[in-house]
Amino acid sequence: MTRAAVNKIIPFSAVDGPGNRTAVFLQGCNFDCKFCHNPETIHTCIHCGVCVPYCQPGALTMAEGKVTYNITKCVLCDECFHHCPYGASPRTRQMTAGEVMAEVRKNMPFIRGVTVSGGECTLWRDFLVELLTLAKGEGLHTLLDSNGTYDFSTDRPLMAVTDGIMLDVKAWTGEDHRRVTGADNAMVLRNLRWLAGQGKLPEVRTVVVPGLFDCEQTVRETSILLRELGCLDTRYKIISYRPMGVRQEYKSLEIPTPEFLTCLAHLAQSYGLTDVVII
Amino acid sequence: MKRNMTPELLEEKRQEIYATLVDPTLSHEQRVTNLSRAAENMLAVLDEPDGLDELLRCDIDTRCICTLFEGEAPYRPRYICVDFEKFLQTGSDFLQVGPARDFYEALTNLMILYHNIPSITNFPVYVGDLDTLLEPYIGDLSDGEVKRALRHWLNTIDRTILDSFCHADIGPKATRMGRLLMEVEGELENAVPNLTMRVADDTPNDFILAGVQCALKSAKPSFANDKMFRSELGDNYCIASCYNGLYKAGGSYTLCRLVLHNIAKRATGIEDFKQNQLPYVMDIMARYMDERIRFLVEESGFFTHNFLVTEGFIRRENFTAMFGLVGLAECVNLLLEKEGVPGRFGHSEKANELGVEIMDQINGFNNNHYNKYCEAAGGHFLLHAQVGLADDHDVSPGTRIPIGEEPDELVDHLKVIDLFHKYFPSGTGDIFPVDITVHKNPQYVLDIIRGSLGMDIRYLSFYSSDSDVIRVTGYLVKRSEMEKLDAGAAVRQNTTGLGLGASKNCKILDRRIR
Repeated sequence: MTRAAVNKIIPFSAVDGPGNRTAVFLQGCNFDCKFCHNPETIHTCIHCGVCVPYCQPGALTMAEGKVTYNITKCVLCDECFHHCPYGASPRTRQMTAGEVMAEVRKNMPFIRGVTVSGGECTLWRDFLVELLTLAKGEGLHTLLDSNGTYDFSTDRPLMAVTDGIMLDVKAWTGEDHRRVTGADNAMVLRNLRWLAGQGKLPEVRTVVVPGLFDCEQTVRETSILLRELGCLDTRYKIISYRPMGVRQEYKSLEIPTPEFLTCLAHLAQSYGLTDVVII
Repeated sequence: MKRNMTPELLEEKRQEIYATLVDPTLSHEQRVTNLSRAAENMLAVLDEPDGLDELLRCDIDTRCICTLFEGEAPYRPRYICVDFEKFLQTGSDFLQVGPARDFYEALTNLMILYHNIPSITNFPVYVGDLDTLLEPYIGDLSDGEVKRALRHWLNTIDRTILDSFCHADIGPKATRMGRLLMEVEGELENAVPNLTMRVADDTPNDFILAGVQCALKSAKPSFANDKMFRSELGDNYCIASCYNGLYKAGGSYTLCRLVLHNIAKRATGIEDFKQNQLPYVMDIMARYMDERIRFLVEESGFFTHNFLVTEGFIRRENFTAMFGLVGLAECVNLLLEKEGVPGRFGHSEKANELGVEIMDQINGFNNNHYNKYCEAAGGHFLLHAQVGLADDHDVSPGTRIPIGEEPDELVDHLKVIDLFHKYFPSGTGDIFPVDITVHKNPQYVLDIIRGSLGMDIRYLSFYSSDSDVIRVTGYLVKRSEMEKLDAGAAVRQNTTGLGLGASKNCKILDRRIR
């Protein structure tokens, strides 16, 4: 079985899709969003060992040239990744799909599904297929939380075991998108169209950061597109930027006012979207 | 042995009565209730088992048995669950009320009856299965009309039934009346009546979700595992007072509780606790309950004279009694400490196992104790996880994990609950404040409720961490009313005072938010 770097498993999550779900966070992302609230998930650990001395409870040790993580000793003080020079976290576990599924199974029958998030979960495509196949076998609903850089239309095996993909539209124009994430968004929008056609687009999100990109344009154009695609029931989450967890150099990004968020929600609703939520 | 009234005791009682008379934080009704209790407590009519005094009438830190303010001469059952269906159909001669012919008559007739139902609180602890009870009367009325009348009626209940140990039930079938009731309750945010939705496999999701939405606003309904209750009590059961499963057209004669951690204090270790201390206290409590029931049934005249009995709205045969307990967590922790074994209740497997062993022992004792007046329950009492008193310090309700020690993950908390709810047909429950983000995803709560139905989880309550109405231990209070009382003003509902005590002594505002 393929192994993936698992950053975290949240047994019960109310915020990663409909109902109660186990959320699995995989390490590594091919975007570099300025407002990322868990930037330690962006890069993978190179085992330099810089973090080890900062680990007071001794959950991190160096063994055979590798940083080893003992989850039972960890007190979640976050000192390790605050001192990581590479924007990574040593607090990951290399797990097989079977091992992750064993963790998921502990939460049944209280959960309706599993959501794999990240980082960017599609960087672990083979692992995803294995995990979601196991989850489907248990009758669980399966969602991915993706930045949309992976071409889902060409991956039948993955889509066969995925009930839906929750997609971020981080900015509308390519230029804005590059400023926010460091990458282009042509594939993101292609995915949005294709997934809508497949009926596998339960949720779209935009993190609102006034001044960083044209938020109003992004919400408007996304809403128009969702209407064109007949996705009026797709949940559109309008998420307020919050500095918690964000890297020091980006903490000063502007937090939107509640009025502005409400305005954007009304804008989305004015195009007929029925499930607009401010978070 | 009957107790004597010494001059010292008499003087103590007189001072108690005087203090009650002049207490500025008591409303008139609360003074009257407390005075009647004081009068009852002047009596010594019960033939008490030897050894009771030392376990019951002692310092709170050593008290092993507690009667929860029931008094020394039980002259009415603690909890009465009236057959309201029969009442609406037949009316009552005593009350000079005819059969209800329409919705408005039904509401008025019920209100009349509510004020004539005795209980430990002098207020009805059960006001009916309001959905199926009233559904037949609303056929011709619009939603708006029904809700308008319900608003007035429910406000009247909240302002006149001055105690939130008062319970209405809905479900497991979805009804129009049930939905309208929840819509109105969500608007009103009243503490009274408490509300339970019985949930079964075939209860529709949207009905449960309406309940969740209502609970996020008004901390009710709670959700009861209908299949579990039905398998133990049969089809004719209701939820009354805090969360007590009882027989309809019946109720509970009495409720006494074992204070388990104080019993553990008497023990040298686990063996002594199991072999000597626990059996000794259980035996005395059971015989004391027998005597209380004997007096109530044979001497008080309640079951021969009260109109509820003579007109057939309750039947003595449907009564049982509640064998309560409190503080299992602290009991287990203390016993392990005495043995020098590490581990805490709710966390270590050893501690949970010990908890289960103790519960098995109590259950076994109860199943072997026979009382001829508890026919409905096969001659037995029903176990009850008592929710505690405002004065309780460092003692957790029933089998709950202490506040502040809840497992990090809700799933681990639920797995502990799963071990203990099955013992308590006459009620237990756990309470979870949920984060505001759940408002956007009420299906999160739905999934937890659905999951619980398939397990041995009996009763769950949720409320929003930011709401005014909150669940104290089983009953509801308004934070705003507690603040008034804390500032020295008298407030309407008796339970506000209990809630205020519990918020100070039992850390109820510090529950882990899920």
